[in-house]
Amino acid sequence: MNIDAVTFYVAAALALVSAIVVVAQRNPIYSAFALIVTLCSLSAIYGILGASFVAILQVVVYAGAIMVLFLFVLMLLNVRPEERFAGESLRFKLLGVGLAGLLAAQVAYVLWRFAPSGVAAVFDASSRPVARILFSPQYLYVFEATSILILAALVGSVALARKDA
Amino acid sequence: MTPDIIKHALLLSMALFAIGAVGVFLRRNIITIFMCVELMLNAVNLSFIAFSRSLGTLDAQVLVFFVLTVAAAEAAVGLAIVISMQRHRSTLDVDTFSLLKW
Repeated sequence: MNIDAVTFYVAAALALVSAIVVVAQRNPIYSAFALIVTLCSLSAIYGILGASFVAILQVVVYAGAIMVLFLFVLMLLNVRPEERFAGESLRFKLLGVGLAGLLAAQVAYVLWRFAPSGVAAVFDASSRPVARILFSPQYLYVFEATSILILAALVGSVALARKDA
Repeated sequence: MTPDIIKHALLLSMALFAIGAVGVFLRRNIITIFMCVELMLNAVNLSFIAFSRSLGTLDAQVLVFFVLTVAAAEAAVGLAIVISMQRHRSTLDVDTFSLLKW
């Protein structure tokens, strides 16, 4: 076991445990903090898989910007922990877990059939080669469309969160 | 780097996606449901990165970039809707928002 593998399994275990906390926790603030741990350990996994650009992006955009937005709204609205409701039973929960288990089984079947057997020997996914593909004619118009999406989201969120909306 | 790590990364991606799905099924607080959707998007990103490493191509990295952008836009609009919901009904329980239910 080399250092890469050890780091990978530690980060993977951390991501799994904190993801379970996100779902099992009734208080949304604790869920948000657990999700930050999940996102940071996923960033470590991206680093091990050679995607340094995406790893940095994950910390800056996800764990930074998006989660701060979530925590800001949680604190702004003063959200209380979810209450139990009368019809909530073990059967109900088992149904939810069973459906998700079915989904996981389907995905596992597909991955098991199509999982790649080898690993590319040369791999460099730092910002320079990724940017070369991102700004190549193949993706340039998609990139421009993304900026329109961001603009629409900006205007839309201001319009939705207005006082008299 | 061994093929085992790629396979285990794909399995981790599957597990995270299923955990996120459980959250969407079971939680009733709209903000927690949003966070579970973000978790599912991250699981998809992880499988993109794992396949990219295995095949040695960089197109998946670009796709992850786009997924990240869409997730940011989705979080901004979604949280604006959450604020609007709280303002009109003063609750975040999704069971109380049934206007469009058949």
